[in-house]
Amino acid sequence: MLTEITIELLQLLMVMLGSPLLVGVIRKAKARLQGRRGASICQPYADLRKLLTKEMVIPENTSWIFRFTPYLLATTMLLSALIVPVLTTRTPLGFMGNIIALMYLFLLGTFFLALAGLDAGSAFGGMGSSREVAIAALAEPTVLIAIFGIALRAGTTSLDGIIARSVADPLLMLNAGHLLAFFAFFIVTLAETGRLPVDNPTTHLELTMIHEAMILEYSGRLLAFVEWAAGMKLFLFLTLLSNLFFPWGVALANTPVALFTAFLALAVKLLLFAGAIALVETLVAKLRLFRVPELLAGSFTVALLAVVTAFFIK
Amino acid sequence: MLDLLLVTLACFSAGAVGALATAPWMNLSRLVGNAGALLGALGAFALGLAGLVGGNLQLNIPDLLPIGGVALGVDRLSAFFVVVIAAGAIPAALYALGYTREYAGKHSLARMGFAFNVFIAAMILVVLARNVLTFLFLWEAMSLASYFLVMTEHEREDTVRAGWVYFVMTHAGFAALFLGFLLLTRATGTMDFADWGAAAAKLDPTSRNLIFVLLALGFGSKAGVIPLHVWLPRAHPAAPSHVSALMSGVMIKLGVYGIARVAFDWLGAGPAWWGGAILVVGAVSAVLGVLYALVEHDLKRLLAYHSVENIGIIMLGLGGGMLFQTSHLPGLAALALVAGLYHTLNHAVFKSLLFMGAGAILHATHTRNMEEMGGLIKRMPQTAALFLVGSVAIAALPPLNGFISEWLTFQSLLLSFQISAHTVNLIFALGVAALALTSGLAAACFVKAFGITFLALPRSESAAHAREVEWTMRAAMALLALACIVLGVAPPLTLAPLEATVFDLMGGLADMRFDWNAVVAHDGFGWVAPLWIALGLVAFLVAIPLAPRLIGANNRRRYYETWGCGRALQTARFEYTATAFANPFKRVFALLYRPVKELDIEFHPESRYFVRTIAYYNEGRLIFEDALYRPLLRMIQALAREARVLQSGNVHGYLVYILVALVALLILTV
Repeated sequence: MLTEITIELLQLLMVMLGSPLLVGVIRKAKARLQGRRGASICQPYADLRKLLTKEMVIPENTSWIFRFTPYLLATTMLLSALIVPVLTTRTPLGFMGNIIALMYLFLLGTFFLALAGLDAGSAFGGMGSSREVAIAALAEPTVLIAIFGIALRAGTTSLDGIIARSVADPLLMLNAGHLLAFFAFFIVTLAETGRLPVDNPTTHLELTMIHEAMILEYSGRLLAFVEWAAGMKLFLFLTLLSNLFFPWGVALANTPVALFTAFLALAVKLLLFAGAIALVETLVAKLRLFRVPELLAGSFTVALLAVVTAFFIK
Repeated sequence: MLDLLLVTLACFSAGAVGALATAPWMNLSRLVGNAGALLGALGAFALGLAGLVGGNLQLNIPDLLPIGGVALGVDRLSAFFVVVIAAGAIPAALYALGYTREYAGKHSLARMGFAFNVFIAAMILVVLARNVLTFLFLWEAMSLASYFLVMTEHEREDTVRAGWVYFVMTHAGFAALFLGFLLLTRATGTMDFADWGAAAAKLDPTSRNLIFVLLALGFGSKAGVIPLHVWLPRAHPAAPSHVSALMSGVMIKLGVYGIARVAFDWLGAGPAWWGGAILVVGAVSAVLGVLYALVEHDLKRLLAYHSVENIGIIMLGLGGGMLFQTSHLPGLAALALVAGLYHTLNHAVFKSLLFMGAGAILHATHTRNMEEMGGLIKRMPQTAALFLVGSVAIAALPPLNGFISEWLTFQSLLLSFQISAHTVNLIFALGVAALALTSGLAAACFVKAFGITFLALPRSESAAHAREVEWTMRAAMALLALACIVLGVAPPLTLAPLEATVFDLMGGLADMRFDWNAVVAHDGFGWVAPLWIALGLVAFLVAIPLAPRLIGANNRRRYYETWGCGRALQTARFEYTATAFANPFKRVFALLYRPVKELDIEFHPESRYFVRTIAYYNEGRLIFEDALYRPLLRMIQALAREARVLQSGNVHGYLVYILVALVALLILTV
C-alpha cells in the first residue's frame, strides 16, 4: 500500500514539476537553433511564480465557467498523470482508464477550454475556440486508429499492457506498422499540444493564434494554471510517445533501482523529444489554418496504413 | 406483473379520457392529462424493472383483433425498452405540467393530453406486442398520436409541412414493415413472434434477405438512419418540446428495438452482409448526422440531427454484434449488443434533457435561433447548468454516461481483430474511425450549442430579458441530469440487467467483467473505472483551488472589460456568431455541404464609397433531399400523371376494368 502511494506520488511530482522544465528546455533549444542565447531553462518556473503573485483581471461578461476552467484543466492533467505509466508498467491506479479513456479525459479539458474562450464575448476567443475544436475533432480519428494499430500488435489497449508487450519483444520497435503508428501519433501530439506547424505558441498576432487566442483573457493565478496545464499536456503526450513506442528503461517491477533507472531513461527520452520538437519548430513554417486538415488527413492515412500492415504482417 | 400493466393502462386511459372530459376547464384538463401520463409512466417503469428481474407476463385477448387477437408478453428485451420509454416519459410528463401552460387558450390542451397519453401507452404496448397484428395496430396508433402531437401548432406553415413529411415517411416505413411481416408470416406459417425464431431457420436465403431488407427499411425509417432521416429534422423541432424529447429520446429507439428483434430473435444469424450493411449505415449516419448538426442554428434542429448521429452510434454496436454473431463469436456479439443497448438508454436520458433545455430556452426567449441568444447563463443559471450536464454527456466526456457507452462501443469494435476476414476487419476499422470523428465533432458541436446560447452577451432583446423557467420544468431536467451522472459512475446498475437481457436474446454471455470499481472488456483488453475517475476529478477540483491559498498566492481580482484591441465599447455585435463558429467545418467538409454563399451589399444612393448594409448568407444544401427524394417524388408524380389516363370518368370504362380485374383474379387463384 505504501509503495503504491509512493509511486503515484513520484509520478505526480514528476509531471507537476517536470513540465515547466520541459517547456524551458524546448524554448532554449529553439533559441540556440535560431542563433540566440535564449532564456534559462528554469524561466517557466519564474513565470509561473510571477503569475501567482499578480492580481487577476476577470472580464465582466464572463460566467463561472471562465473561473472554473483553469482548475478543471489542471485536474484532468493531474488525474491523467496518475494513470499514464510515467515510470513503471505497474502503475497502481492504471486500472482507472486505458488509452481511450485517457484521450477522452484530454478532450474534457479541451471542451471546457473552448467554452472559456467563448465566455468573454470577444471575437478572438471565439475564433480560437472554433479552430481548436475543429483541429481536436479532426485529430480524433487519427488517434483512435493509431491506438487500434498499437492494440492489434499488443493485444490490449491498457497502457501498462502495451508497454509490457513491447518490452517483451524488442524487435517490435523496428516493425513498419509500429513506426507508422508512431509517426501518426507524433503529428497528433503536435496538433493537440499546439506546436508548429499547427499552431505557433509564441505568436503575438491574434489572427494566427489557436490555443493562445482562447486564453487571451486569462491573467494572474488563472493564467498560471492554464499555462501549467498546457505544459503538463505536452509532458504527458511526450511521455506516452516515449514509453509506448520506445519502452526501454521503463520499470517492470516497483523496486527503487528500477524506478531510478526509469526516471533517468524518461529524462533522456524527453530531452531527445524536446530537441526533436525544437528542430521541427525551427525548420517548418506554420501551416495555413485550412491546410491543417490536410496534414491531419495525411496522418490518418498513415495510421490506417499501420492498422493494415498489422493485419497483413502478423 | 399483469396487475402492474393494468394499473399503468388505467392511468393512461384516465389521463386520456379525463383530458377530453375536462376540456372546458383548461387548467384542469392540462393537469389531468399530464398527471395521468406521469402516473402511467411510473407504473411502466415499475413494470419494466419487474420484467428485467425475470417477471412473466402473458395477456391474450382472442377476439379484439382479427386472426390472432391481441397478444402481449414480456421478455427481458421488451422490459428493457419499457424502462427506456419510462425513463423518457416520466420527466417528459413532469416537464409538460409546466411547459404546456403557455398553450392555454391557443391550442387544445385536451386534445394534446389525449394524444400524449395514447402516444406513451402505444409505445409501451408496442414493445410488449407478441403477434403481428397487435404490433402493427399499436405501431400505427403510436405514429398517428405522434403526428397529432407534432401538428399542435398547426397555424404555422413549417409545422404543417413537417407534419406532412413525417406522415408520409412513417407510413412508407409502415408499408415496408407490413410487407416484411406478411412475407415472414407466409413463409413461416404463423403470426406469433415466439414461433418465428425456430421457423425462420428453414427459410430459403432469398426470402430471408428480402424480409430482412424490408424490415430493416421499415424500422430504419422510424429510427432515422441516413438516408431515411429526412423527417427527423423537420418533425422534432416543430413539435412541442416535451413531445420532441419523447420522440427523439424514446420513439426512435423503437426502430432500434425492431432491428434488434429482427437480427437476433426473429430471423436469427444471417449472412455477413446484413451486419456489414447495418454497421456501414450506422457509421454514415453518425458522421453525416453530426456534420449536419454542426451547421445548424436552430437549436432544436441541431438536437434532432444529433439524434441521427446517436442512432448511428447505436447501429454501429448492433451491426458489430451481428457481424460477430455471423463469425461465431457469441461473447463479442453480446458485448457489442450490450454497448448498443446501453447507448440507447443513455441517449434517451441525455437527449430528453437537452430537448427540455431547448424547450426552456424557447419558453424564456421565444426563439429557437441560436444567433439571437447569448448570456443566458446569467439569466437562467439552473437551466444552463443542467444543459451543460447534457452537453458533457452527449459529447461522451468522462465521467458521465455517454462516455461509458461509447467506450464500450469502441472496445467491441476494436476487438474485431478476432475475426480473420480482411474485408470485415477493414469495415470495422472504418467504423472505429467514423466513431472517433463523430465523438470529436459532437464535442465541437456542443461547444457551439452551449457556448453561443448561454455564454457571453445576449444578442437580442428577448435573450436579454429571459427569465428562469418554473420548477416543474427544472425538476424534470434535474432528474435527468442526475440519471446522467448515476448511469455514468455506476455502470453495474445498467450492465447487470443488460448482460442478462442479451443472454436471453441471443445466448451469448458478454465478454466483459464489471463491478462497482471497474469495467474490463475481454480479459484485460481494456479497463475503465468511471467511479474512480469521478472521485479523482472531484478530489482534485476541491484540492487544486485551495493549494494557491496555502502558499500565499495573490487572491485579489478585478473585474474589467474584455480586451477590445483598442475599440471603445463592447456590444453583442463583437461576439463570435454561430455561423462563424461552424465556418472551419463548412470549409473542410465543403464537399458534403456544398455551401451556397450570398453576399448582398447595399450602398448609399449617393456614393458607392458608403455601405449601408451587408447581408451574408452561407447555407448548406440538403444533399439527400435534392439527390434522392426530389427525383423519386418527381418520378412518382410523372407515373401518377400517366396513370391518370385510366380515370376517364366514363362509367362503361370502369365496368370493363372491374370485369378484367375479376377475370384476372379468378385465373390467378383458380
